Amino acid sequence: MDTVTISEKVEKFVSTLGKPLDESRNSAYQHLLGLDFPTSRDEYWKYTRVGKISKGGFKLPTTQSERINLNDYIVANDYLVIENGIIRSDISQYSKLNFDIEFVDGESVQQFDNKVELNKDDIFTALNDAYFSKAVQIKISQNKVNEGPLQIIYVEQGEGFVANNRIQIIAEKSSSNEIIQTFVSKDGSSNFVNHLAQYYVEENAQLTIHTVQNQAETTSLVSTTQVKQEANSTFRINTITMNGLLIRNNINIAVEGQNCETYMNGAAVTKGKMHVDNHTFVDHQVSNCMSDENYKYVLGDQSTGVFNGKVIVRQDAQVINAYQNNGNILLSDQATVNSKPELEIYADDVKCSHGSTTGQLDEDAMFYLQARGISKDGAKQLLVSAFINEVIDSFSNPQLIDLVERLIEKEHGWSF
Amino acid sequence: MAAYTEEELAKELQNQEYEFGFTTDIESEKIPVGLNEDVIRLISAKKEEPEWLLEYRLNAFRIWKEMEEPDWAHVNYEKPKFQEISYFAAPKKQYESWDDVDPEMKATMDKLGISLEEQKKLTGVAVDFVMDSVSVATSFKEKLAELDIIFCSFSEAVKDHPELVKKYLGTVVPSTDNFYAALNSAVFSDGSFCYIPKGVKCPMELSTYFRINEAGTGQFERTLLVADEGSYVSYLEGCTAPQRDENQLHAAVVELIALDDAEIKYSTVQNWYPGDKEGKGGVYNFVTKRGICHTNSKISWTQVETGSAVTWKYPSCILKGDHSIGEFYSVAVTNNFQQADTGTKMIHLGKNTKSTIISKGISAGQSHNSYRGLVQINAQAENARNFTQCDSLLMTDRCGAHTFPYIECKNNSAKLEHEATTSKIGEDQIFYCLQRGISEEQAIGLIVKGYCKDVLNKLPMEFAVEAQKLLTISLENSVG
Repeated sequence: MDTVTISEKVEKFVSTLGKPLDESRNSAYQHLLGLDFPTSRDEYWKYTRVGKISKGGFKLPTTQSERINLNDYIVANDYLVIENGIIRSDISQYSKLNFDIEFVDGESVQQFDNKVELNKDDIFTALNDAYFSKAVQIKISQNKVNEGPLQIIYVEQGEGFVANNRIQIIAEKSSSNEIIQTFVSKDGSSNFVNHLAQYYVEENAQLTIHTVQNQAETTSLVSTTQVKQEANSTFRINTITMNGLLIRNNINIAVEGQNCETYMNGAAVTKGKMHVDNHTFVDHQVSNCMSDENYKYVLGDQSTGVFNGKVIVRQDAQVINAYQNNGNILLSDQATVNSKPELEIYADDVKCSHGSTTGQLDEDAMFYLQARGISKDGAKQLLVSAFINEVIDSFSNPQLIDLVERLIEKEHGWSF
Repeated sequence: MAAYTEEELAKELQNQEYEFGFTTDIESEKIPVGLNEDVIRLISAKKEEPEWLLEYRLNAFRIWKEMEEPDWAHVNYEKPKFQEISYFAAPKKQYESWDDVDPEMKATMDKLGISLEEQKKLTGVAVDFVMDSVSVATSFKEKLAELDIIFCSFSEAVKDHPELVKKYLGTVVPSTDNFYAALNSAVFSDGSFCYIPKGVKCPMELSTYFRINEAGTGQFERTLLVADEGSYVSYLEGCTAPQRDENQLHAAVVELIALDDAEIKYSTVQNWYPGDKEGKGGVYNFVTKRGICHTNSKISWTQVETGSAVTWKYPSCILKGDHSIGEFYSVAVTNNFQQADTGTKMIHLGKNTKSTIISKGISAGQSHNSYRGLVQINAQAENARNFTQCDSLLMTDRCGAHTFPYIECKNNSAKLEHEATTSKIGEDQIFYCLQRGISEEQAIGLIVKGYCKDVLNKLPMEFAVEAQKLLTISLENSVG
């Protein structure tokens, strides 16, 4: 093998993790050593600096046996708990009849990778590939429709750990189901969550992913989602971010079959020095598809919001409708927003558009409400809720919406 | 003062006697290809430049040597070999006689409604018309001199107004700005210099087309335009006639300075040789254009881009002063194998600054047309306002239209809007026209004209008419 020069940052980062114990991870580990952390000179990371992560010093987590009280977060009958990247089957509870869940390693993971390809040159993907403990493979069997949502709770606790979650979900032909992902932290924890999810949506299948991100304000999260859609399928992903230190969501969707529909909704409500970055990428490779995207940011204090939505329509992928919308409200004069909605179109029979707005709460509307006896704070809440409810409504599940509203109240003191 | 009209000009020309007898061609002196400090010293010496300008060039060259050619733009091309270019202005290729001129080019110019005389001048055929051109320019010059407006070639300005050039050169586009700006700063051949004194409203459109000794401004053009307090100027660059050039690489720098309460309107029509139908040849146009707005001032960029094989151009405004306004109106047409990556940057620094961006892209053939724009609101820019609209029209299924907007906001009193659409011409629209007896070609012309109207309206009148024709010609036979 060629000798590669290892970047200082990567060398330092892996020094506290050590070499993966499992021999089979060796090639992934070697690949990782050839990469480097992105800087703001990388277009893909232009607005997000990863110094808080690349400074290193993280350890691999060890299993904890204590009970964790997650009652506040459980919104479904079937749930799976993953603590610091390690599966806690002892405190999980789900119907084996409805969900075919396996905890796998090696060959099975590889097979799934062949179906939904990873971007191996992304350092966070490579890091996950080298260090994840066990992958969770969930199969939604053919023709199974709405067997209740499955909730996956990712809880992180302790200090200085890197949690490598690895999720692989296949929605088989003509199935339909929802997955709820909740990212939560135990009080006082300070870690780095490196989440990697792969979704394979087969013909005629419908898959919906709801993601609620509420990490501790000292925990960073990089979440990479790779999706592949086959013909006549529908994929929905809704994300809301309410707390965390550095949150970066990458959603990459390859639409490889005709007549597909893709929906992405996202919201971020920020405070303190939070940094929330959502990168979405839809690759329309074939004809007769549509995608719709809507991201809303409400930015307070010294927080930063980044939105980068990209749509590619490949040559000969005709009759594509693609919409992107990004709205930003700056509540504080120290908040920053960077928005970059991109379109790359190589076919002509398309209707693609994007819109991006940045502003503040409408003074006239504030006055109108205050004139009718609503307090200033109340008026603000009303307008903010009107602004992001569009996204929250997409969660559709009443228990989940209730959870989101509870968390917004807890984190930001707003009751909608 | 009343505007100087074309009729008046024609009358004056008729009554005027030709003063100068003949013009001499500047001998084309070629210096060895390649770029090093000696070459720069030689260029500077030949142009009899003062010491400080030589230093400026050498400094830029040292910076350039450290830089790498950027490759972030959405274009593919063979990078120029900088050591194989001759850096001293060789005048444009002259045709021996009118019969040598490419018939296709003649036909195009006929369609544009350019008179035969002008056609000959434009193609570089040596004719008597050059004399007229000199007279035109002279009569313009007199008018301008009355108002103390300085409008001359860059070399002349260095000799006659060194203090002004020294004061403003490189203040908006420093040599360190980018690869091609650094190269231009090191080897710029010539260009235009314009200074509008305090409170003067320039009565006519200033056009490089009328500037004397135009031939051979070369490939590294440098333009510096200063509008002093309370002045107004409208400046036209380029012309609609197709321009062929031996030089493949063009790296110009344009700097605009609008001091307090001044207004600059800068219009460009660019129609460099785009290469043949197979995409061979054609000019690389890598331009850095930027203006700085002081308090209450306004800079407006309007451009119609139809030429060049590869275009890389972002006319920008730095809105430094409070209440300043930046505008950008652009139509970019690409056909065959052309590639364009254009857009603008609006940097809001002052309070109550406003910017408007209207960009219309049309892609045909197998071309690629990208909009790349930045709207940046800095923390101290209270009440900034931006409206951006960038639309793309796709004419065939082999072309591409791309948008890469960057919106950065650090102030919560800003209001920013951005919208973009990409689509082809609606079949129902064409059907509607066909039903009413309008041929498909005409229908497309009609729709395209309507699509570009917002931008074409911003062009000075004469330019607008020509630009419309140019659009139609550029898109001829392009519908798939």
